Amino acid sequence: MASRPLTLYEKVWAAHVVERRDDGTCLIYIDRHLVHEVTSPQAFEGLRAAGRRVRRPDLTLAVPDHNLPTTPRVDADGRELPIADKESATQLSALRQNVAEFGVPYIDALAAEQGIVHVVGPEQGFTLPGTTVVCGDSHTSAHGALGALAFGIGTSEVEHVLATQTLLLSPSKTMEVRVEGNLGFGVTPKDVILAIIGRIGAAGGTGYVIEYTGNVIREMSIEGRLTVANMSIEAGARAGMIAPDDTTFAYIKDRPMAPKGADWDKAVAWWRTLATDPGAAYDRTVVIDAAEISPALTWGTSPEDVVSITGTVPEPDSFSDASKREAAKKSLEYMGLTPGTRLQDVPVQHVFIGSCTNSRIEDLRAAAAVAEGRRVADGVRAMVVPGSGLVKRQAEAEGLDRIFTTAGFEWREPGCSMCLAMNPDKVPPGERCASTSNRNFVGRQGPGARTHLLSPAMAAAAAVTGHLADVRELMR
Amino acid sequence: MQPVRAVSGKAYPWGAKNVDTDVIIPAHWLKTITRASLGRGAFQTVRAQPGNIFDDPAYAGSPILIAGDNFGCGSSREHAAWALGDMGIKAVIAPSFSDIFSGNAFKNGIVPVVLPQEAVDRLIEVAQGSNGSDEITIDLETMTVTTPFQDRFTFTLDAFRRQCLMEGLDEVGLTLARDTAISNYEAMLDQHRPWIAGESNARTVVEGAGRT
Repeated sequence: MASRPLTLYEKVWAAHVVERRDDGTCLIYIDRHLVHEVTSPQAFEGLRAAGRRVRRPDLTLAVPDHNLPTTPRVDADGRELPIADKESATQLSALRQNVAEFGVPYIDALAAEQGIVHVVGPEQGFTLPGTTVVCGDSHTSAHGALGALAFGIGTSEVEHVLATQTLLLSPSKTMEVRVEGNLGFGVTPKDVILAIIGRIGAAGGTGYVIEYTGNVIREMSIEGRLTVANMSIEAGARAGMIAPDDTTFAYIKDRPMAPKGADWDKAVAWWRTLATDPGAAYDRTVVIDAAEISPALTWGTSPEDVVSITGTVPEPDSFSDASKREAAKKSLEYMGLTPGTRLQDVPVQHVFIGSCTNSRIEDLRAAAAVAEGRRVADGVRAMVVPGSGLVKRQAEAEGLDRIFTTAGFEWREPGCSMCLAMNPDKVPPGERCASTSNRNFVGRQGPGARTHLLSPAMAAAAAVTGHLADVRELMR
Repeated sequence: MQPVRAVSGKAYPWGAKNVDTDVIIPAHWLKTITRASLGRGAFQTVRAQPGNIFDDPAYAGSPILIAGDNFGCGSSREHAAWALGDMGIKAVIAPSFSDIFSGNAFKNGIVPVVLPQEAVDRLIEVAQGSNGSDEITIDLETMTVTTPFQDRFTFTLDAFRRQCLMEGLDEVGLTLARDTAISNYEAMLDQHRPWIAGESNARTVVEGAGRT
């Protein structure tokens, strides 16, 4: 009997089953484990208390990113500058001590290769197609862009993976999100994923692993795919995957940790078998017409609150669901917005270009193209935070830093920065930020901060106009 | 971990939807290297509002929290579960949970109970009654939620996770006992996917050489 056609997810899952229990739960092998300073100290402490070791340091990579200030890290003589926040300094030094004690490969804050874990993994060739990738961070879903099964885990699971290189998991349901057609002028991968989240909702993907398919996804660069897969979790899906193809292989080849020589050929041959078989069944399929996607942004405090830049602030009573009406009222109160207001009339005080969603070289190029020859509007503080030291170096080689600084943007050191308000980069209470990050939750960018999620080009447009703006009008 | 067989007591009748982990515990509380004392930061932005449910004396010390759809969405921070545990919450009842939060809750002895919206609405009504003095009981043995008013709702839990909760098992210890199976898998991996094992990775210790 011919075997049943399988999806990409089912193939990667099956290739990682160490043991299947009677109840369907599987012990799943983990190929790649990224570690950062915030969600790992208690895991290492757990190992220490139980006298356990790290089973596979060679499959583990640690990088600090969340807490690091994005101001210069060394003085004029190259000496490391102290971190003012005592708790952050303690957490960062705990990571240094833990990686030394447990022999875990580590990219230090002062290395050029340092950056946000989800930028560093693909950039170093640590993330590979068909691997299982975990990290104590929900945006680990980003790595699915390369055809990995990648998902965020809690600290107890970090400890479990450090000790056993496995996790006990139940299989997920599968959802195909197919984006077909032609994207309109000025529409970017960020607009695509915002449209998807707007369609299926912040909980629509709960219990599912999403596979993104369709010509729009196939035609996207790896940077664009990383942006899309990164925000899978904002639709509730723990992971989002994209079938590896020649674009993927070209991106990975010759990266420092990528397979070399005969291993490379063998790996590519296997990676080519992973794409979903014709006729394979998904538990749910959502089809999105690319032509219907416009430059978009969020108006509320959930990533599902998506609207076109040509739209207006919605009327809470326009929602059919009673609890959504209530939530919308609260959101608008928090956001300081009045229903019916044109979004393009909403002024911003902050612009943040960065985060694991949008801090790669293409993101910076897109923002720079809008910023070039323009000035950041009066009363706006705009910052650009490259996703890694290597992205920063590349951008500087291309002269993007000069474009930004000439226009009045701040050009900073790599890290998570203003995405999550646990380092000095914060939005003050009641102030509004056009942000390329991934979450517009209450207090996410600082207590009382008001966040609008949008693409790097749209963020740059907001910076130079001083209000939320339709980037297409600046591109013509 | 202490075994959990039942949770019984008052409940916070909250019902809010899409409660994200930034609301459960804001990020600046994550700069800790221990699991302790995070209850102080729990629901900080909610508690900043006058008349909030968490500072209402009627519900103080409730071991149960009743919430709406998609509880615990957002970040993977286990600090959310630690914070709930530290403020004395032993179970959360909601129509749905984020996958990551749900896993974190189990691992910290907090029972995520999934019930339909109608049942959640009824339990909110019960918890609000008599200023919250009416007890709600969650029994893991029978997998039921009951009230003094003859309400009886059944729920399901993943069998293995339920067992871990009820017996207070150490999951890492259990998996370490499967060492032979893991080693066999690794031998297969070395043979069929030799590029996974990272001899080159193991040497990639990039110390701070300073930026150029």
